[in-house]
Amino acid sequence: MEWEVVIGLETHTQLQTKTKIFSGASTAFGSEPNTQACVVSLALPGVLPVLNQEAVKCAIKFGLAVNAEIAPRSVFARKNYFYPDLPKGYQISQYELPVVGKGSMTIQVGSGDKAYEKVINITRAHLEEDAGKSVHGAQEGMSGIDLNRAGTPLLEIVTEPDMRSAAEAVAYAKKLHDLVQWIGICDGNMQEGSFRCDVNVSVRPKGSDKLGTRREIKNLNSFKFMQQAIEYETSWQIETLEDGGTIQQATVLFNPDTGETRAMRSKEEANDYRYFPDPDLLPLAISESDIGAVKAEMPELPEAMKARFEAQYGLAHYDANALTSSRGTADYFVATVDAGSDAKLAANWVMGSVSAKLNAEDKEISESPISPSALASLIKRIQDGTISNNAAKQVFEAMWAGEGDADSIIESKGLKQVSDSGAIEAIVDEVLAANAAMVEEFKAGKEKAFNALVGQAMKASKGKANPAQVNEILKKKLGA
Amino acid sequence: MINKSLKQLGAMLQGKEISSVELTQEFLNRIDRLNPEINAFITLDKEKTLSQAKHADSLLAAGKGTALTGLPIGQKDIFVAKGWRTTCGSKMLETFVGPYDADIIERFDGVGAVNLGKTNMDEFAMGSSNETSYFGKVQNPWDRSRVPGGSSGGSAAAVAARLCAAATGTDTGGSIRQPASLCGLSGLKPTYGLASRFGMIAFASSLDQSGPMAKSCEDMALMMNVITGFDKRDSTSLNREKEDYTRDLNKPLAGIKVGLPKEYFAEGLGADVAKVVNEAIAEYKKLGAEIVDISLPNTQLSIPVYYVLAPAEASSNLSRFDGVRYGHRAKEYGDLMDMYCKSRAEGFGAEVKRRILIGTYVLSAGYYDAYYLKAQQIRRLIAQDFENAFKQCDIIMGPTAPSTAFKAGEKADDPVAMYLQDIYTIAVNLAGLPGMSIPAGFAQSADGKRLPVGLQIIGNYFDEARMLNTGHAYQQVTDWHTQMPEGIE
Repeated sequence: MEWEVVIGLETHTQLQTKTKIFSGASTAFGSEPNTQACVVSLALPGVLPVLNQEAVKCAIKFGLAVNAEIAPRSVFARKNYFYPDLPKGYQISQYELPVVGKGSMTIQVGSGDKAYEKVINITRAHLEEDAGKSVHGAQEGMSGIDLNRAGTPLLEIVTEPDMRSAAEAVAYAKKLHDLVQWIGICDGNMQEGSFRCDVNVSVRPKGSDKLGTRREIKNLNSFKFMQQAIEYETSWQIETLEDGGTIQQATVLFNPDTGETRAMRSKEEANDYRYFPDPDLLPLAISESDIGAVKAEMPELPEAMKARFEAQYGLAHYDANALTSSRGTADYFVATVDAGSDAKLAANWVMGSVSAKLNAEDKEISESPISPSALASLIKRIQDGTISNNAAKQVFEAMWAGEGDADSIIESKGLKQVSDSGAIEAIVDEVLAANAAMVEEFKAGKEKAFNALVGQAMKASKGKANPAQVNEILKKKLGA
Repeated sequence: MINKSLKQLGAMLQGKEISSVELTQEFLNRIDRLNPEINAFITLDKEKTLSQAKHADSLLAAGKGTALTGLPIGQKDIFVAKGWRTTCGSKMLETFVGPYDADIIERFDGVGAVNLGKTNMDEFAMGSSNETSYFGKVQNPWDRSRVPGGSSGGSAAAVAARLCAAATGTDTGGSIRQPASLCGLSGLKPTYGLASRFGMIAFASSLDQSGPMAKSCEDMALMMNVITGFDKRDSTSLNREKEDYTRDLNKPLAGIKVGLPKEYFAEGLGADVAKVVNEAIAEYKKLGAEIVDISLPNTQLSIPVYYVLAPAEASSNLSRFDGVRYGHRAKEYGDLMDMYCKSRAEGFGAEVKRRILIGTYVLSAGYYDAYYLKAQQIRRLIAQDFENAFKQCDIIMGPTAPSTAFKAGEKADDPVAMYLQDIYTIAVNLAGLPGMSIPAGFAQSADGKRLPVGLQIIGNYFDEARMLNTGHAYQQVTDWHTQMPEGIE
């Protein structure tokens, strides 16, 4: 039987607010335990939550970015359960009425001929607070609780079960990861847990329109693990069904060391969270003018920018797509063009050498040792014929290594093209004299011999002669 | 002097007839003498109290005194106060010392009032007799064998026994008004949202409201000027312009329309209470009030609705008392679950546990719609009853409680009988309206005791100034509110 995998994602994105969602405590990462736990974070008796409006703005930004409905009235609810890192004994979340409703995102899957686009529907996105952390083993026989993270604002983004492969799920997660950073609501730092995915996976016979029983893979914080976890989970479910077994709804964890998923709790043991509207918080009201104010602050979104790159700079669809894959890349490209570079050359350099170097060194584009204006000054020297493409590559390497700006490197390495026609003529004459046989061959009709002569001339000039001029002069001399 | 009003004592302080330290010491001496039996205060800290009094004297000397500067106020032990043990009447918080000040504490500090001590209360404000307090029951000064009412029973007994000039209370279903009625005081629960809940340990967040308990409406008006006001730390606090609650105290009452809900005078109301209340209403007629018969048809539903919603909120509000960060933790336990179970089993009393269980049940999957959601719908109907009533009248009057103070232990094993104590007060909380109780006279008990009876006055939203005017006018022509129990000299 042919099987189809059905995948939906729930992503917790930590919002980039300075303070917590319901208190004035700082959200900075990595401080000493409990130094960012104010009376509200500690859930002392008598304290009350007050909603951070910056978190609401982030939610509105996201809603706008995925063309979603933004609820004029949404409600905070209490999710009740006991855990030591949950200081109030309940988490403030949104349940029946979330702030962001239905929306969608277009993802690009695969590359080359097999690349395709797909629309992923967003079910909802809601605001909630994060829990603290349990710290085991710091003290012998004891567990510690660090409440620095308790109350950090999260936007939980939930999709429809629209994805049909690990590749699609990863493409969606990456695209979402790019988008939340693009609109500036999340720093995207997966190591620090700023972007965590829960992946719901089920399988069904291909062609069936009934959903199979799903298992939820919790807390994936790398795209590589997500890919591995989904692939393992999918084949495990298929094998289980093919062996005559059934799938039990469950929450599972992925173990990166073994590459396997394992159930942590089954549905029977699931908590009854006793959700009810939080009486300490008024319903969240968002007006058209609130949305308008956020809209005015929104950066140009990737889709719009992509279309603009195609129209304004004449870039190919694929190139425009690649350049708008992240805000950093797009900003870098635009800054390079603004500094005077030809747009197509800039696109080639950003997607080519710059991107290759960054990948090799595992760096973000913001960490590039070559600034957009420095790159533009290099490209300008290609445009004005000062250096050849080959020489430009050498200059780029040297600039990357921190050896100076384009002009000083060209100077110090002597990479300037020779465009003095007298000097080139002299070289050509020498080459013709030294390669009489080749000249004869050319005259006998062997076209290839011409290229060989150009090569000899370039070699004689140590690569510095302007190739166009060499061609021209050689042609004249040979009477071609 | 002990029977003087806040207004009168304030004038003495401003006139330098007495210092705050002298006045405060006088009340502390009375507490030393009477509190061991009455048990109105859980925690005293004379050093802190007297240092506040000294500070008040320096303000007064500098001419910076205002109406309440230097006046000793009892603070219900539900309000967190910095450096003060704050127990909420529970073993759970027996050793908890407040690391910050509740809004109401800040406000009294801000005007130079003196915190005389933390008053006894039913555990987590759950009770109508002050018998659920971990720190022991409180005596009603009018008859020491009887309860003072609850949950603000300590505050009520303290003011009735003249252990303080006034006190604060909180009212979730009648916890200011019922003890005020049973102890012969004036008590006011403001419109929901007028007083900040920040630092007030939550029982049922959508119903809780703090307010004054004093000897007269005039004194309550002075306290309301301090207690109310916007607080950005409480999202349900209302951002309204500050009012002067004394502004209408002396307005004539002629022409005021007083609504009498027929449901408040039906079966269940003690005949002795009914008689006193009717006499008070007759007095209002003399003052020029026009009496209108009204109906609040959903009154009977208010108790069942309340005992779904309040426990639901409480079950969640009290989850933070888990033994992890502060409060009681069992000495011996196995795993985490065992630590939770033992700590909470040991830390909470029976009534609190009962309400946590009820609340947990009504919020559970499969029961939520039938209980919590239905109760919320009926809550709206109850609010509509009042909305309709206030189309016919300016103010509503009736009994505060169905009976006078009952004997300690009499209802302790019958929760439903205890819950019925709040039959006339609960609907006001459910609707978020202001409600007040003032002394209306006395009833004779079977064993010959003179027991106070309260008249409840319910106003429309934000109509506290008119309510205080209505009460003050009555207190100008009656002296019930100035009478003192015997044996507290």
